[in-house]
Amino acid sequence: MTDTKVAARPSPKVSDEVRKTTCYMCACRCGINVHLENGKVKYIEGNRDHPVNQGVLCAKGSAGIMQHYAPSRLRTPLKRVGPRGSGEFEEISWDEAYEIAASWLKPIRDTDPSKLAFFTGRDQSQSFTSFWAQAFGTPNYAAHGGFCSVNMAAAGIYTMGGAFWEFGQPDWDRTKLFMIFGVAEDHDSNPIKIGLGKLKSRGGKVIGVNPIRSGYNAVADDWIGITPGTDGLFILSMIHELLKAGKVDLNYLSRYTNAGFLVDANEDSAEYGLFLRDKDGTPQVIDRATGKPAKYDAKGVKPDLAGHIRKGGITYKPAFQLLAEKYLDAQYAPETIAAQCGLTPEKIKATAAELARVAFDEEITLDVEWTDWKGEKHKTMTGRPVSFHAMRGISAHSNGFQTCRALHILQILLGSVEVPGGFRFKPPYPKPPEAHPKPHAGFAAGKPLDGPHLGYPMGPEHLLINEDGSAKRIDKAFTWENPYSAHGLMHMVISNAHAGDPYKIDTLFMYMANMAWNSTMNTTEVIKMLTDTDENGDYVIPHFIYSDAYSSETVAFADLVLPDTTYLERHDCISLLDRPICEAEAAADSIRWPVVEPDRDVKGFQSALCDLGAKLGLPGFVNDDGSQKYADYADYIVSHERRPGVGPLAGFRGPDGDKNGRGEPNPNQLEKYIENGGFWINHIPENAQFYKPWNQHYQDWAVEIGLFDAAAPYVFNLWLEPMRKLQRAAEGHGDIQPPDHLRDRVKATMTPLPEWYEPFEEAQVDKDEYPIHALTQRPMHMYHSWGSQNAWLRQITGVNKLYIPGKIWDEKGFSEDDNWAYVTSTHGKIKCQVARMDALNENTVWTWNAIGKKRGAWALSEDAQEATKGFLLNHLINELLPPKGDGRRWANSDPVTGQAAWFDLRVKIEKAPPNGPSEPAHPAHKSPVGQGPKDIAYGEEF
Amino acid sequence: MTTLPASTEKKLGLAIDLDTCVGCHACVVNCKEWNTSNYGVPLSDEDAYGAEPHGSFLNRVHTFEAQPASGCSQTIHFPKSCLHCEDAPCVTVCPTGASYKRSEDGIVLVNENDCMGCGLCAWACPYGARELDALAGVMKKCTLCVDRIYNENIPEEDRVPACVRTCPAGARHFGDFSDPNSNVSKLVAERGGIDLMPEMGTKPVNKYLPPRPKDVPSDEQLNGQNTEPKGFLAWLDKALEAI
Repeated sequence: MTDTKVAARPSPKVSDEVRKTTCYMCACRCGINVHLENGKVKYIEGNRDHPVNQGVLCAKGSAGIMQHYAPSRLRTPLKRVGPRGSGEFEEISWDEAYEIAASWLKPIRDTDPSKLAFFTGRDQSQSFTSFWAQAFGTPNYAAHGGFCSVNMAAAGIYTMGGAFWEFGQPDWDRTKLFMIFGVAEDHDSNPIKIGLGKLKSRGGKVIGVNPIRSGYNAVADDWIGITPGTDGLFILSMIHELLKAGKVDLNYLSRYTNAGFLVDANEDSAEYGLFLRDKDGTPQVIDRATGKPAKYDAKGVKPDLAGHIRKGGITYKPAFQLLAEKYLDAQYAPETIAAQCGLTPEKIKATAAELARVAFDEEITLDVEWTDWKGEKHKTMTGRPVSFHAMRGISAHSNGFQTCRALHILQILLGSVEVPGGFRFKPPYPKPPEAHPKPHAGFAAGKPLDGPHLGYPMGPEHLLINEDGSAKRIDKAFTWENPYSAHGLMHMVISNAHAGDPYKIDTLFMYMANMAWNSTMNTTEVIKMLTDTDENGDYVIPHFIYSDAYSSETVAFADLVLPDTTYLERHDCISLLDRPICEAEAAADSIRWPVVEPDRDVKGFQSALCDLGAKLGLPGFVNDDGSQKYADYADYIVSHERRPGVGPLAGFRGPDGDKNGRGEPNPNQLEKYIENGGFWINHIPENAQFYKPWNQHYQDWAVEIGLFDAAAPYVFNLWLEPMRKLQRAAEGHGDIQPPDHLRDRVKATMTPLPEWYEPFEEAQVDKDEYPIHALTQRPMHMYHSWGSQNAWLRQITGVNKLYIPGKIWDEKGFSEDDNWAYVTSTHGKIKCQVARMDALNENTVWTWNAIGKKRGAWALSEDAQEATKGFLLNHLINELLPPKGDGRRWANSDPVTGQAAWFDLRVKIEKAPPNGPSEPAHPAHKSPVGQGPKDIAYGEEF
Repeated sequence: MTTLPASTEKKLGLAIDLDTCVGCHACVVNCKEWNTSNYGVPLSDEDAYGAEPHGSFLNRVHTFEAQPASGCSQTIHFPKSCLHCEDAPCVTVCPTGASYKRSEDGIVLVNENDCMGCGLCAWACPYGARELDALAGVMKKCTLCVDRIYNENIPEEDRVPACVRTCPAGARHFGDFSDPNSNVSKLVAERGGIDLMPEMGTKPVNKYLPPRPKDVPSDEQLNGQNTEPKGFLAWLDKALEAI
């Protein structure tokens, strides 16, 4: 029988060909090798040469075959023929689809472009989609950051010119202590796992701060099971301890931050809380050599960080003095706050002491010479080997902005940002708030918008409000409700459009976000808003265009569906103009290209926008003779120039493809990328790899490759003056005033030094009635992965249960056979199954997010486990807070950035009659793509 | 009944680091992806888009909680596949000789042509590491990617099992346990690698590297410790002088 056994050393052919492109199973953007045999995808593995994943690939990436060949793929443009939500569509041609779209969009553009709301979800082409929206002229554009992690991004930009993930990463090769806060499996997935592996192999330590001990927290050496929403308090208490112990890096603070900037400390002064500036507007410090005020950026000036000076009858104190006075107060002492955080004072003290010990006692030194922005030469680079990461966990609270800022300030006080062993920026970051655009909303009939939609306001003068105080944007971004909403508020668009507040719109145009299901708060009500009709029987939101690659829940509610391709069938650029794939030691960008051609009548959404832009005659999308400018997205990627010599892709520019960063468009650029494995990388010189904001060599390199046009060193903001400007307005200063009902909130929350306050929902609900915190996270094998209901991944997690701590499990008398529960918030009630988990904060419950599906979606059977047993917590979370009695409904968002406060949710739990289905049980809609096959055996043809 | 080789020239297998595995399932899916279109029949999926899909996997990650004698409960991610035992009960139980252990490298394989799908081997395996493919009716199990590790059609550095090649955290290590100087033998020595259920007498080749002690010092141990810092203002003056 041995003759049929496998050969001793079998060496079968793997595939006909390997094509290298960029993954899109989540937002991580890893390089992949796609193996093809007979034109079919046979195997996908990580690309070893790629800077992001260095060869590894996660579960999502490995499940790409099931995504690419999913039965839920849309096949052709669809026109709705039944009522919204019925799933009844007619298949139409692209020509007809464009005709319909233009028949809605052209009159809007010709009369009032703000009647279009264009929001692009998990879009990785925002520099392109925003260009389209700007050309169209609507002020109503953003992607999904507002319901994701804008608190982290904005707090990072405002404080130090960048945050985590796309902005920067720990120095994984040198760090010795890594501290990770909250739900953080969502971004930078493979790089963090690679980094944890490296750290562990060196014997480094991981501290996890998370109410839930799963994922990274399961391998953390030390787990801090904090109470949700109190991370900011915990961080400020550690800052209290570090200050008390004198364990902050004063040399670093005096050189690289605004610690020495003199702040008007006279409460009666009109300029209270603002910096003392000279006649050129340059902030002043006390020069320790002379004891007199001097420009902070003058050569040789060493600022004092303590004390005060008197000038013109006013007392000025260095920002650091104010910071120390504030956080040394007993209100931040571990003894005061520990119970509120669900921790012991000893634990907080020990953690702060451990951070200090590693930062200062295990200092590392690199023998690399470098020159700083003031021309001073340094023989070495000093490293403080502690590093941090956080993402949505601490962001998605109504105190998230200030909490994120507190974390960034903790890193800065330890002197561990942009130093060996600490946190490092990735080009094009660092980039301070002033270097970003300001938000724009100036629109006019038939005209492009007057500037970029999104940006970083520096004071009330940059808000997007009309003279009567009303919002210029449909999502009310950049208003007093959320002045620094740098990513917009996609989660408010449907409810605002439905309410006609601040105004009615005509067409809702969305891409790649499941806003009728798991990407929205208040799912059941949002479905009603999309299907609601007015007194004439017309839909309240008149037109809805949606582009998706798959038959998601949201597709069923659209009037017109533009079918996108799968990620293996499309062109894309992961651009330095947008959110690139750079590393701390290199600039890099990458492409996607059709490694297989679509076998359906579908089109990359960006290519469809090129067609539609031309059809509407949008500037930038037509030639002088009115003909279409870009044949498709690939043509745009190669030919478009944002500034002379700078385009979507930085690599292989110039006629011969030998220019990096700057250079004329190269018609063969995509071929060059393909030859190079789908990406381009340009390494930063060794003496420019740390201290980037203040390092002359880095600044010169960045100008050379076109990241910016002139060197722009800056210092980090401990004291954030743009926040103080908002507070001043609320105190009555200046012409631009917040409405009276927001004054107290602006004063309390826009503090120039981070402040902790109780999350809004928590502060408002009856805590005895709703005693439990409820959280969600996505499993690592599904995070940021949208679409298709992957046949392999749904076998790993196809049903979610609500995990509850032993205390509640016992109290309520649940058992394995009696595990159905009602979960109620102030807003809604669901029925679901519960399971016991003890590695969990004792007042917290949680579940896997986005497992529950609507019957009829995703080409699943109507009795699919995701529909009958899976559930969403979204039904319990309102986009508005409970009424306060003042007649107003406040947004359930962060007051600074408008980030959706998903994790403020409070609930109560009761036993429910056993057996399902989970509730609410939404009725099925007709599947526009039929149902997937019963059994599959992928690979039998190979 | 099928006999085992008296000894094998090599003992190829995996060292799996439970201190580093974050439970991401990358190994699970990449294994499925490689093996469904390579060695033997595909790894099928029944009811793939229906009520309760279930298919064949050669490697699965189990997650469970462990409550230490004192301190917080801990979460363990535990990847499990065939351990290529030296005394493999799945081989000796096989009535057709389809299950066999290779004398050259110790890999336990199923010759699918000779497998009649009786399932005795799955019953005999104490680890639940074999799965009968429902569509094909033959027994599937980890092959240690025998069609990768010797494969001259792929780059040398990639001649490791798919799960090892893809693991983002580097928690999986492949090597020859018969060589005391191999990467895996050294890891086992350094980290106190252990056998899974040694009492079963199967002598598994694969080893697990246990989690390092966690939550040390514990809250109880910290209780009463004085880590009170002192002297901010005096320090500030002195420290500024030094800059």
